[in-house]
Amino acid sequence: MVDLPKIIPQSEIKRRNFLKGAGAMMASIAGCNSKDPFTTEGKKEQVQPSGEMVKLLSTTGEIIEVDKAYLKPTEEIPSITHMAERMGIEGKKFVMVIDLSRCRNLKKCQEACNHAHFVSDHQNWIKVYPIQDAENTSPFWQPTTCMHCDDPPCVKVCPVDATFKRVDGIVGIDADRCIGCRFCMAACPYSTRVFNWDQPIVPPEVLALQYSSETSCPPKIGTVSKCDFCPDMARKGELPHCVTACPNGVFFFGDLNEDTVTNGSETVRFSELIRDRSGYRLMEDLGTKPSVYYLPPVDRLFPFKDEDKHEAKPELHS
Amino acid sequence: MSQLTNSSKITTDLLPQKFGTGGRIWTGILVVLCLVGLYGYYRQVTVGLVVTNMRDYASWGIYISNFVFFVAISLVGSLITAIFRLASVEWRTPLTRIAEIIAVSAILFASIIIIVDMGRPERFTHLFLYGRLQSPIMWDVIVITTYLTISVLFLYFPLLPDLPILIKNSKDGSVRQKFYKFIGSFWKGTAAQFRISENALRIISVMIIPVALAIHTVTSWLFATTYRPGWDSTNFGAYFVSGAFLVGAGGVVVAMYVFRKAYKFEAYITEKHFDNMSKIVVLLALVYLYFNINEYLVPAFKMKKAEEHHLRSLFVGDFARLFWTAIVMSMIVPIVVLLFPKGRKPFPAFVMGLFVVVGAWFKRYLIVTPTMLSPFLPMYDVPDSYKQYFPSWEEWAITTGSLAGTLLIITIFTRLFPIIPIHETIEEMEHIKHEKV
Repeated sequence: MVDLPKIIPQSEIKRRNFLKGAGAMMASIAGCNSKDPFTTEGKKEQVQPSGEMVKLLSTTGEIIEVDKAYLKPTEEIPSITHMAERMGIEGKKFVMVIDLSRCRNLKKCQEACNHAHFVSDHQNWIKVYPIQDAENTSPFWQPTTCMHCDDPPCVKVCPVDATFKRVDGIVGIDADRCIGCRFCMAACPYSTRVFNWDQPIVPPEVLALQYSSETSCPPKIGTVSKCDFCPDMARKGELPHCVTACPNGVFFFGDLNEDTVTNGSETVRFSELIRDRSGYRLMEDLGTKPSVYYLPPVDRLFPFKDEDKHEAKPELHS
Repeated sequence: MSQLTNSSKITTDLLPQKFGTGGRIWTGILVVLCLVGLYGYYRQVTVGLVVTNMRDYASWGIYISNFVFFVAISLVGSLITAIFRLASVEWRTPLTRIAEIIAVSAILFASIIIIVDMGRPERFTHLFLYGRLQSPIMWDVIVITTYLTISVLFLYFPLLPDLPILIKNSKDGSVRQKFYKFIGSFWKGTAAQFRISENALRIISVMIIPVALAIHTVTSWLFATTYRPGWDSTNFGAYFVSGAFLVGAGGVVVAMYVFRKAYKFEAYITEKHFDNMSKIVVLLALVYLYFNINEYLVPAFKMKKAEEHHLRSLFVGDFARLFWTAIVMSMIVPIVVLLFPKGRKPFPAFVMGLFVVVGAWFKRYLIVTPTMLSPFLPMYDVPDSYKQYFPSWEEWAITTGSLAGTLLIITIFTRLFPIIPIHETIEEMEHIKHEKV
């Protein structure tokens, strides 16, 4: 979402069509690259035009239309290097705002996250806690992700730089480097990290992929995993899976430098949202400086139901 | 003439002896325990850490507490050998080698057990390829290797004067003699060599004390550098070091008794030694008790919200029985018993030493596990089995195997080398004789 204005010079193009086209173009370029660019081999192939046209953006910035049949699918190749992944996206400072007044424990966020990252059972990166601070205070649902702290205790204690802080504020994990000492798990006050005690269950085609700290896939046995703020989505200009999955717009995601956050349907000034709604962060007294902000559960859309509380007992499915 | 017979009697008394039936059974049991532990580790490496009962909340378990135990007990080497040497404690001679081999074998297994705890042990080299000095684990790697090196030297240098005696008394051309020659044939026992050795030992004695304090302080920082209730304490370094000296002293008392019985060392390890060591145990137990009071009662007075769950689990909750047993067994009972002269006789002192060591092991368990199970945010959205921790058989097997491993090293060492320094003992006897004349 954040990168869109940069990528699209022509405002009249519909975003959806454009993205489809760009992906296809990349695919076609990649397909040609594997051979001599001046080869005539392509001509030998007899392809029947399908009649379905796809819009593409040429290198000169023109919109061209190509028949879908001429586009060749190709394997997904990592577009950025390992080092660039560790570095992060220059000029960005990602933040999240979680509006507690809208959460009713639907756990769509958790579902989408688990699906996208092949999260193992009982090891949810997103948890929706029923929180009641004291006997006479009001209970509410509190979704938690990794806080992507600006002073991350986990990064401080990692002996091998396997968990690191990027320039865009994201705390990432390099599962190819992690030695599995689990010191970061002991250090994290938000209990956000999980450990792959067992061989993670992932489709073979995902298992064959090169590990990327931006997708945290494929998860590797004997290493630590956690919420990664979906930087792969941000690079594509899309929102993290939890944000788009939430039907109530609980999660706002955006860039502090642009002072803008969005939950997909509403886009607001981050500073104004925090100011007007008295935003705060979890365990501020620890000095970890989280990148995740919370809006207090006032003027709630949904009441905290008692049966929710019973439901809150740990269940065996994720 | 009488002097000659005397020194040859000491030599025959103290030379390493062949295992009797008891010794063979003992060694056999240790070997079996080690093999079972190895099998447990084989399972863990092939299947994954999932064979343990550690899960995301209790992400550290008995491997870590066992590691802390090993580091703790290894501190005794510096106490008996270095501190006693610098303080010119005369009666230390028969205890120095016992203490030092305990130190070396324990610190060796501390490094092994920490690799056992790793999810990716094959990436051990990453510590050197990508090591970051800001991590307390790197500090631990550095001080533990330093301490291991110094401790080995501290064991080896005083062994040198005994090697000619061992070479002379072993079968010519045997593998064992070749081994003795390999490690010590350069020792001719000249005045110059003794001077160098003496100087080296003096330097090491001074060097090893800060390193010993560092290994256990840094180990305490693995916990104290986190925010967690029960670990977030400025008291932790001193608390760990005092506990370490206590368990080490207890360990030496136990070893003294066992060696005395097994090898009939009554003339060398006397009741006086038990009496003196017992007094030291009392002193150390009092110091450790003092730190425990600081560690538990001061937070309990305030009962901060984050601490409450942890303290309750220890005082009245799931861990209460273990907690109070450990406190009473490893501190209060030894203090009371060893205050009486009768309690300082070899057998009661041995029993108290056992109490101290066993209690100390469980104390380390209580330092790690209850805190892991008292996170800031409540344990939630996981099965009930994730909210508790009791080690699996693989964990027990590996831990028992590592403990058996240290005892095996000590046993094999005793089979190869005199556990009481021969040369030093003879010299001391002569010294006493001269004074009498």
